[in-house]
Amino acid sequence: MVTMTDDDAALRQRAWEVAASVVDPEIPVLSIADLGVLRDVVLDGDHVEVAITPTYSGCPAMNMIALEIEVALERAGFHHPKVRTVLSPAWTTDWMTEDGRRKLRAYGIAPPQAASSRRALFGAQAVACPQCGSDKTELLSEFGSTSCKALWRCKACREPFDYFKCH
Amino acid sequence: MSCANIQVSETPLVLYALRRADDALILGHRLSEWCGHAPMLEEDMALSNIALDLIGQARELYTFAAKVEGRDNDEDKLAYLRDVRQYRNLLLVEQPNGDFAQTLVRQFFYSAFADLYWRAMMNSRDATLAAIAAKSEKESAYHLRHASEWIIRLGDGTEESHRRAQGAIDHLWAFTGEMFAADDSECALIDAGIAVDPGSLRGRWLTTITDVTREATLALPRNDWMQQGGRSGRHSEHLGQLLSELQSMQRTFPGLTW
Repeated sequence: MVTMTDDDAALRQRAWEVAASVVDPEIPVLSIADLGVLRDVVLDGDHVEVAITPTYSGCPAMNMIALEIEVALERAGFHHPKVRTVLSPAWTTDWMTEDGRRKLRAYGIAPPQAASSRRALFGAQAVACPQCGSDKTELLSEFGSTSCKALWRCKACREPFDYFKCH
Repeated sequence: MSCANIQVSETPLVLYALRRADDALILGHRLSEWCGHAPMLEEDMALSNIALDLIGQARELYTFAAKVEGRDNDEDKLAYLRDVRQYRNLLLVEQPNGDFAQTLVRQFFYSAFADLYWRAMMNSRDATLAAIAAKSEKESAYHLRHASEWIIRLGDGTEESHRRAQGAIDHLWAFTGEMFAADDSECALIDAGIAVDPGSLRGRWLTTITDVTREATLALPRNDWMQQGGRSGRHSEHLGQLLSELQSMQRTFPGLTW
């Protein structure tokens, strides 16, 4: 049993920061910490294990993210890191940080509505255009360029945009 | 990894997970056949997205099955190295895509079930199955809405789209009964609170199906005779053809990775 000392805490914090710096390959303005995908970093001696949770079951970005976490940790001097996938509790867009939502909007993707629920899935959605801010928008396709996005159109500025779906 | 069939010791829980994994993999593969061929770009993306969700669910379920079995099988071996008679999926999901209406009716029947099923499975006493259910449930809600909207659009569309949608319903109806059947091995899991009694979902499934088809001006068949066999490995000729494509790389180049 390794006792957590101040050094360990600092080391764990550093490992967390390295892992948290990995970005979503499809949305490079969002880090996995912004997304809420990074769940835990465990330090056992000098061995690091990172727990991540998948967004969508079949999201192909997860393999890439796991690989990039390993590479980032190796580069930072944490050797033979392990990435573990945890399924429970299931990821939800509510875990996306406020900072993440702001970055997403600035990048041109409408952030998910807060407090997603089954009701939100079936209720009337009002998604503001990330370009001009208008709420006169309409859904074009529930399934967009990646698993997590839907395609919308703004009726005010006439620009199409991606919406990060509630999940 | 050789290219020969693997053996799986199908304890009730392994078999249970395999059946659901096979459903998701085979339906996901069927939908992936539309990639590049759908009638419009948005649908191409939608069907590929849904395929991806289903294949993701299959991977989680295969990994779980392999872990419960505790031998040296894994998700890849379970998917690529079992033959037709070892597959345990519903006959519904292996049916060919046919035209767009047939694909969407198949999807509608399955998604209306999966949505209820995964929501109920969130209370499974098995923590991993409950976790897989919590993810799948959200995905199924999207799949069901997508399929329902298309059923209404096709049924209440043109004479031609109505005719095709009605034909697909009449053709696929006999494959829906299998979703609600549970054999002895499943009953033990249901009693233990690990699995859900699928028969208990039929009433609500029928309500969804009835409401949507009514709005679509489509009729449900009156006949109650249902085809079964997939759960015990007796499949239609279509599954062998599907597997020969799905497994061709691993059967030809055993252990291939990229």
